[in-house]
Amino acid sequence: MKTYDLTKTAIKTFIPAEQEIALSTEDLHVFYGLHEQIKGVSLQFPRYKISAVIGSSGSGKSTYLRSLNRMNDEIQTARVTGKIMYRGLDINQNNIDVFEMRKHIGMVFQRPNPFAKSIYDNIVFAPQRHGIKNKQVLDELVETTLQQAGLWNEVKDTLHKSALALSGGQQQRLCIARAIALKPDILLLDEPASALDPISTSVVEDTLAQLKAQYTIIIVTHNMQQAARVSDYTAFFHQGVALEYAETNQIFTQPAIQATDDYVSGHFG
Amino acid sequence: MKVKRQDKVATVILYLIAGTIILVLASLLAFILIQGLPHVTWHFLTTPARSFEAGGGIGIQLFNSFYLLVLAMVISVPLSLGAGIYLSEYAKKNWLTSLIRTAIEILSSLPSVVVGLFGFLIFVIQFKFGFSILSGALVLTVFNLPLLTRNVEESLASISSMQREAGLALGLSRWETVTRIIVPEALPGITTGMILGAGRVFGEAAALIYTAGQSAPALDFTNWNPFYIASPLNPLRPAETLAVHIWKINSEGIMPDAVAVSAGASAVLIIAVLVFNLSARWFGQHLYQKMTGSGKKGA
Repeated sequence: MKTYDLTKTAIKTFIPAEQEIALSTEDLHVFYGLHEQIKGVSLQFPRYKISAVIGSSGSGKSTYLRSLNRMNDEIQTARVTGKIMYRGLDINQNNIDVFEMRKHIGMVFQRPNPFAKSIYDNIVFAPQRHGIKNKQVLDELVETTLQQAGLWNEVKDTLHKSALALSGGQQQRLCIARAIALKPDILLLDEPASALDPISTSVVEDTLAQLKAQYTIIIVTHNMQQAARVSDYTAFFHQGVALEYAETNQIFTQPAIQATDDYVSGHFG
Repeated sequence: MKVKRQDKVATVILYLIAGTIILVLASLLAFILIQGLPHVTWHFLTTPARSFEAGGGIGIQLFNSFYLLVLAMVISVPLSLGAGIYLSEYAKKNWLTSLIRTAIEILSSLPSVVVGLFGFLIFVIQFKFGFSILSGALVLTVFNLPLLTRNVEESLASISSMQREAGLALGLSRWETVTRIIVPEALPGITTGMILGAGRVFGEAAALIYTAGQSAPALDFTNWNPFYIASPLNPLRPAETLAVHIWKINSEGIMPDAVAVSAGASAVLIIAVLVFNLSARWFGQHLYQKMTGSGKKGA
């Protein structure tokens, strides 16, 4: 495997007056025990855009994504340092209510993980727990989120059947619908299509393109074509470092860093 | 060719072993049922036992067994749920929790007669509960709690961690995630374990001989005030259960029809335990199908 200079990076920065920033990290480090998995990543994610995070297995891209809504809190040995700025607030502080924060920063995981409940209940479960009781409001929520996720036409007659009877692609779109039912600002997607067949993948990608109008999306993917198809900006991770971050078009045509060039052209490793 | 032959021989041997076990168990079951069922009549199931003459039943023992079972489960189900949830969902990996786990494992392998003598010293003597349903229920809890806790913990642990992540990522607290998502999904396994535990408790004798006592005083089934001494619900009265009754008749029974009573009582006991086991299986499957919707496909 080739070794690359991890100190030479090309990270795009935005001027907040020109481009609204939804979320940014400043010198983010993630440790698992003594092992440093993420080595100081500073990135800005513009609002209402899709940003992709690419990199090979073990590059730390999923670890980075999971720290953005503090899912790494659940791992006993994990420790995250640095700032995660959201609406002028550093959400990587101890006094942050992570449960409240996660309502604003939703997440969809690599493998579809619907609850063993009906399709309807999968969507209304969290909103109900957060206080929405009105049946009519909930009904509308189910319809609008399923439509946004591109699933409504397939399931509108079976809303009260178990979500586990759906296909993998349908389950994943249900998980997206479930996440946007909380009306989050930001959606984090951790390789959302990696467990799906090509047709389901393209449906999910269409869904993402639709969602961009209302949500800021950060998507981790190991599929470069996917990153090229759906994203506006792309960050390339290697060995826990963000080596390059730029417009997707530039990353795939004129990368500034040799490692990025090798990765996107398939000469990596 | 050689491999194929080996495979055939191994298959035959395994079938023989399995067949032997089934044969032994089935003939035991058949023996008890054939010996006992002819004696089981409505009269036998409802009348009190007689010590010196023929024609006694097992009415009070049967009631005692069920009452004791209900009390024991009322105490042990919430405790085991709490302990199992703690161990599976909240406990951090450290010396304290591994100590708890080891203690549970040791407890679950204690012989029931040892648990019974422990209960005798603690509940009967020290706490002055006497030979009573309360002492019996508490000792059954000690006997059953480790197994139920293990069952709850294992049922919860078998639920994918992705379900926990899904709940937490929706801004739910850990408590909400556990009680509203994880526990319901683990419910088929938990319920099955609880019913099987109930069957084990129902057939338990050794732990009860020194705690719930070996006498079944006459009960007044018209007075259900739990503070009345002859009330069926009084938790401080001695209560011989069906299993203890069978043991007692066979060791010191002097009624002329002791063999018949023992055979009949054994048949009733084994049928009850069978019902517990079969219903556990049916109930677990039913719950699982209801939750996953897999039953609707006609599977």
